[in-house]
Amino acid sequence: MERALFLIFAVTAIGAALNVLLRRHPLHSALALLVMLGALTGFYVLLGAYFLAVIQVVIYAGAILVLFLFVIMLLNVRAEEARIERRPYVRWLAVPFAALLGAEIIYLVRVFEENPSPSGTSVGVTEAVGRELLTTYLLPFELTSILILIAVLGAVVLARRERR
Amino acid sequence: MIPISWYLAVAAVLFTIGTVTVFVKRNAIAMLLGIEVMLNAANLTLVTFSSYFRELAGQIMVFFVMVVAAAEAAVGLAIVILLFRHRETLNVDEAQALRL
Amino acid sequence: MLRALVVMPLLAAGILGIFGRRWSERVIAAIGCGSVGLSMLLALYAFIELWRLPPEHRVIHEPFFSWIAVGSLQVDWGFHLDALSGVYILFVTFVGFWIHVFSVGYMRGDPGYARFFAYMNLFMFMMLVLVLADNFLVMFVGWEGVGLCSYLLIGYYFDRAYAASAAKKAFIVNRIGDFGFALGIILIFATFGTLRFSEVMGIIAARFPEPEALGEIGLLTTIALLLFVGATGKSAQIPLHVWLPDAMAGPTPVSALIHAATMVTAGVYMIARCSELYARSLTALFLIAFVGALTALFAATIGLAQWNIKKVLAYSTISQLGYMFLACGVGAFSAAIFHVVTHAFFKAVLFLGAGSVIVALHHEEDMRRMGGLKRFMPLTYGTMLCGWLAIAGLPPFSGFFSKDEILWRTWTSPTVPEPWGRLLWGMGFATAILTAIYMTRLIVVTFDGQERFALLTEGQGSTALTPHESPRVMTIPLLVLAALSIGGGWIGLSEAYTGGRVANWFEQFIGPALASPPVHPDHLSALGEEPGHGMELGLAAATVLAVLAALLGARRFYRRDPLRRVPALLENKYYVDELYDALFVRPLVRGSTVFLWRVFDVTIIDGMVNGVAASVAACAAVLRRLQTGLVRSYVVMIAIGALIVLGYFIFVGGRIPIR
Repeated sequence: MERALFLIFAVTAIGAALNVLLRRHPLHSALALLVMLGALTGFYVLLGAYFLAVIQVVIYAGAILVLFLFVIMLLNVRAEEARIERRPYVRWLAVPFAALLGAEIIYLVRVFEENPSPSGTSVGVTEAVGRELLTTYLLPFELTSILILIAVLGAVVLARRERR
Repeated sequence: MIPISWYLAVAAVLFTIGTVTVFVKRNAIAMLLGIEVMLNAANLTLVTFSSYFRELAGQIMVFFVMVVAAAEAAVGLAIVILLFRHRETLNVDEAQALRL
Repeated sequence: MLRALVVMPLLAAGILGIFGRRWSERVIAAIGCGSVGLSMLLALYAFIELWRLPPEHRVIHEPFFSWIAVGSLQVDWGFHLDALSGVYILFVTFVGFWIHVFSVGYMRGDPGYARFFAYMNLFMFMMLVLVLADNFLVMFVGWEGVGLCSYLLIGYYFDRAYAASAAKKAFIVNRIGDFGFALGIILIFATFGTLRFSEVMGIIAARFPEPEALGEIGLLTTIALLLFVGATGKSAQIPLHVWLPDAMAGPTPVSALIHAATMVTAGVYMIARCSELYARSLTALFLIAFVGALTALFAATIGLAQWNIKKVLAYSTISQLGYMFLACGVGAFSAAIFHVVTHAFFKAVLFLGAGSVIVALHHEEDMRRMGGLKRFMPLTYGTMLCGWLAIAGLPPFSGFFSKDEILWRTWTSPTVPEPWGRLLWGMGFATAILTAIYMTRLIVVTFDGQERFALLTEGQGSTALTPHESPRVMTIPLLVLAALSIGGGWIGLSEAYTGGRVANWFEQFIGPALASPPVHPDHLSALGEEPGHGMELGLAAATVLAVLAALLGARRFYRRDPLRRVPALLENKYYVDELYDALFVRPLVRGSTVFLWRVFDVTIIDGMVNGVAASVAACAAVLRRLQTGLVRSYVVMIAIGALIVLGYFIFVGGRIPIR
């Protein structure tokens, strides 16, 4: 049963990521990203990280992605035209690079063949996460709030209309 | 029992695709989307490890990664807006004023 | 005490050099002469201290500071006062003082007044260091130092191209000699492991009882010859004599002090200092004697044909220095030093007197435009007469005693085989006659006869020139030195004149500090024959008579015809300078221009330096391409970098820890 779910989510995620890559219109790419986020949520649930799964939906899909969509619509983005690529080599580098990177990572991954472990459950219960956040990791927690503040301020200042 | 390597493999593939997206796309927003893909792949890896080694720290880290990703997306998009205002285009190849 | 003696002129030089420009001439003169005067008094005091000591122990040693201590090389500054350096500091400071006083008047009105006295004092310091040094290296410091001051003072009128060139010539020719000197010093250190005079001479005396024979070039001879090269340069002997006549471009007091009385005698001093060494090398002694005699004769012939009053005196100096080297070569070191002292007196008088004349005629130096001056400058004339008779070698003037001593010792020299001794004597004798002739010529053409100096103003019109006697500040030194020219010789009175009853005081005093001459195996004295006092008196009388005859004859001759033409060969100094120019100077200049400059400097060195810059620029041009300004290129670069780092961790090391 688990395997089936895993497979479904995996295919969805990879398919969606490919769509992000291959679509011409940024809007389509953003929506594909949305699908991928959903697939990942499924993964998190499978892995027992319930709190994170929820957070993923609320924040990632619900806030960040919405922000992307707003900006896309605000700027009235068009589909990418097939213009003459000024530096074609970058394009051609992409695939071999991807292959290399993938190979490296998979090599790393194979290390873990020797350590099969049971997939855990009930590790990511909300209560547990909450407790850790507010005790051991309290300082980073507070700092992130400041970080958010800075980001907000930054975004506001940067995108402000010039006063004539 | 799903071996850990399967999860890690998926995450690796996602990461790679994200990287290629950043390479290939000329549209600034599309590049940012690629970055988001990469970040998510990393998140997946972290959660995987957290789960399989019963270590909560991984998930905490993911939490923070998400926070930072949000901040980054906000500021990054603000910059994209500025870029658009000045150049009327989102093509990053046009933005080479810093060329030596 | 010795420290104060030496350092005082240095302090004055420093003060005058830094602050002198703001002060009045009086203050400068006071400081400049005062320091030398104080040194003079200290020298006198030191000398008396020295005299009080018994003859066998007449050495005062004052260490100053430790200078070099590297491995086995230990060189300190210390001052070594013995009979030899005692005599030297006395006459150097004394004559130096009076020349400084003279300069107060001579240099009046010159804008570089302070600079002049600063350099003169610096020179005094260097000379005293040279003379009082207790080891070769410190003496070399003084040696180079006086060369430097010579350069600075010859080129004192630096705006004159001729003076600047003359200064360079002096320094460069000296340098050639110094090269030999330096090699000698190195060889000494390599052989004996020390540079202290006392130690080196001690080792030599102990290890080498027998002198190296004539014709044998052993270790000691090599060292002696190398050092002699240095002496040749400093004391203007053939072939390095060419700088001295051109050095007359400097102010006359400079010529008097440096190029007559003190610096040029440094070579003689050095040989006397190393007399133990030289006494053990018959080859070196022979060469020295020969070079000295040849130079004396050679220079005398040239002096006969010069029209510039200072040049006559310059060649005269070269000639008299030849006498001193001749004396050293025949083993009569004390006679050489004796002549150094008397020469200092009468040559200084002659130069200062010439300076007096030159200033009176508004810096005219050509004798053809002088004449009849004895009426206008009686004091100068009188003192010049004293110098003239002294240098000619007439009794009872000082020059007679010293020159005669040298000639006698040459005749009876134990260091050279018989026929050579006579030949050398003959050369000395001929030189004495020539000396009488050219000096008489100088006196007569300058002071006697018709006045020719009116010719000077013809082309310039305006003021008629009436020379007058120089002020007291200039004439008093003349009188002092003239007195010494007359009376200074009695200290070295040879035994012969008193039938052996009164010993030669000078020789007795300075003798223990010097080596006794070695005896050549072929010499008569080795066979037991000793020529006696009678011979000495006879030779002396012959010389005096010949000189007197020459003197009177020349006087008559030049009175009649002062402007008589001179042989071109002599007037052009045997074309030696031209020869050197063709042989050495021109090839060097060409070689430097063509090879050293074009090939080496421009191509190689400039090439290297510019090449570095060019390669940097080339690298930059290539690396610049990284800065594309394109976001996507940067992305690629980041990605590749990440790939590499990841690869490093995977393949090389840094295991990723797995729990």
